[in-house]
Amino acid sequence: MSHESRVPGQIIISPDSRLGTRDSELRPDMSKTVKLVPPLTDADVEQLEMGDRVLVSGVVYTARDAAHKRLVDLLAAGKPLPVDLKGQILYYVGPSPARPGRVIGAAGPTTSYRMDSYTPTLLQLGLKAMIGKGRRSPEVIAAMVAHKAVYLGATGGAGALISQCIKEAEVVAFPELGPEAIHRLVVEDLPTMVINDCRGRDLYEMGVKKYARG
Amino acid sequence: MREIEVSRLTRAVKDAVIAANYEAGPDLLAALERGLREEESPAGQEIFRQLLENARIALEQRIPMCQDCGLAVVFVELGQEVHLVGGDLAAAIQEGVRQGYGEGYLRKSLCHPLTRANTGDNTPAVIYTEVVPGDKLKLTVVPKGGGSENMSRVYMLRPAEGWAGIKEKVVATVKEAGPNPCPPIIVGVGIGGTFERAALLAKKALLREVGAASEDPEAAKLERELLTAVNDLGIGPGGLGGRITALAVHLLMQPCHIASLPVAVNIQCHASRHKEVEL
Repeated sequence: MSHESRVPGQIIISPDSRLGTRDSELRPDMSKTVKLVPPLTDADVEQLEMGDRVLVSGVVYTARDAAHKRLVDLLAAGKPLPVDLKGQILYYVGPSPARPGRVIGAAGPTTSYRMDSYTPTLLQLGLKAMIGKGRRSPEVIAAMVAHKAVYLGATGGAGALISQCIKEAEVVAFPELGPEAIHRLVVEDLPTMVINDCRGRDLYEMGVKKYARG
Repeated sequence: MREIEVSRLTRAVKDAVIAANYEAGPDLLAALERGLREEESPAGQEIFRQLLENARIALEQRIPMCQDCGLAVVFVELGQEVHLVGGDLAAAIQEGVRQGYGEGYLRKSLCHPLTRANTGDNTPAVIYTEVVPGDKLKLTVVPKGGGSENMSRVYMLRPAEGWAGIKEKVVATVKEAGPNPCPPIIVGVGIGGTFERAALLAKKALLREVGAASEDPEAAKLERELLTAVNDLGIGPGGLGGRITALAVHLLMQPCHIASLPVAVNIQCHASRHKEVEL
């Protein structure tokens, strides 16, 4: 199925699917797997809960720290952004170059905290979800609550595996940044988990508590 | 004297950076298989399965395991009976890195520290050269990822803090890193020497096969103690909670000044890439 035929928003595939990917004891009655297709509304985000497995399909935009700085600088100068972020998903990734005939190289998530200082500004503009790895700051988590947004974790270091989910890739802004340019990707079932939902909950904190000793 | 043409180094480095990025070593694959068997958390098991699948895809499709193809760190052990001809050692290695990252479709991740302008070819590599007895030249090529390097630390402890202080710092470093450096990690610990030597020891400790114990029984015992302490943090694969936060702790130690106790912790993500070549 091509992304054009997808209905934006979310489709719950399995209201009680474990798929071995979440710890069912965290919220045994509510675990679910969700297919997510942007653009997203507040109502879509509200249904996503910490620990849910989310398969992202459709368009996502890439941005690392350098691109974030450019975006925030443009806003500060009162200039328009090269992409409208309202309802969209940003994926924190700097892919490796595509071999001839391939869509993209390896494309796993980069560490998200480097984007934290820029993120609240983008959430204010209506950015609805981010895909990355690693912890977010209390300020970002608070901004996700205030603006109804969600942070999705992809598996760090699984760049070859994730590349298989990417069907189209093109640079849409800041080509001079090379791997850090903003790419428009079309993805199919990119596997992620809800780390921070729009209620301020944090899967990293909860998961570690369960397994910590002493 | 044995003559070695430096162009051989260029080819060896080029091949090594490409192979290191595409081919997970048997040591790493064995450590991931063991992790999958031992991990109790379902989310953690799923991460191990994904990483094993990732390694298979990388090998089959000739695609890097991780998009962060690393800063190339090259350790050279140069036999003192070797005479290098046809150019200089460092330039030959840098050329190998340039060719490998270009021809291998590897990401160029080096930039000016202030302007952040990309150097375009992933050079300069960081090169450590040691002159050793013999007529061989050994290269160890380590593409090192930025995410895990960012979580690494050096501490200058008071000698009174001793082993308890060292252990506390190692555990605190891994705890602070949490999900950020792509756990399951490998922890390189360097103790002693000087400020910079401790860091180099920590990095060299990572060159060992994943999970191979130190040859020094005292260090091996300390490694086991640290591995237990680190895994008791419960961070787990992907930081989602679990038993296996680290696949291994590797430790190197050497004497230090009577006033000092330098300790370095170099964090390595699960994409532990290293290739050795002997010329």
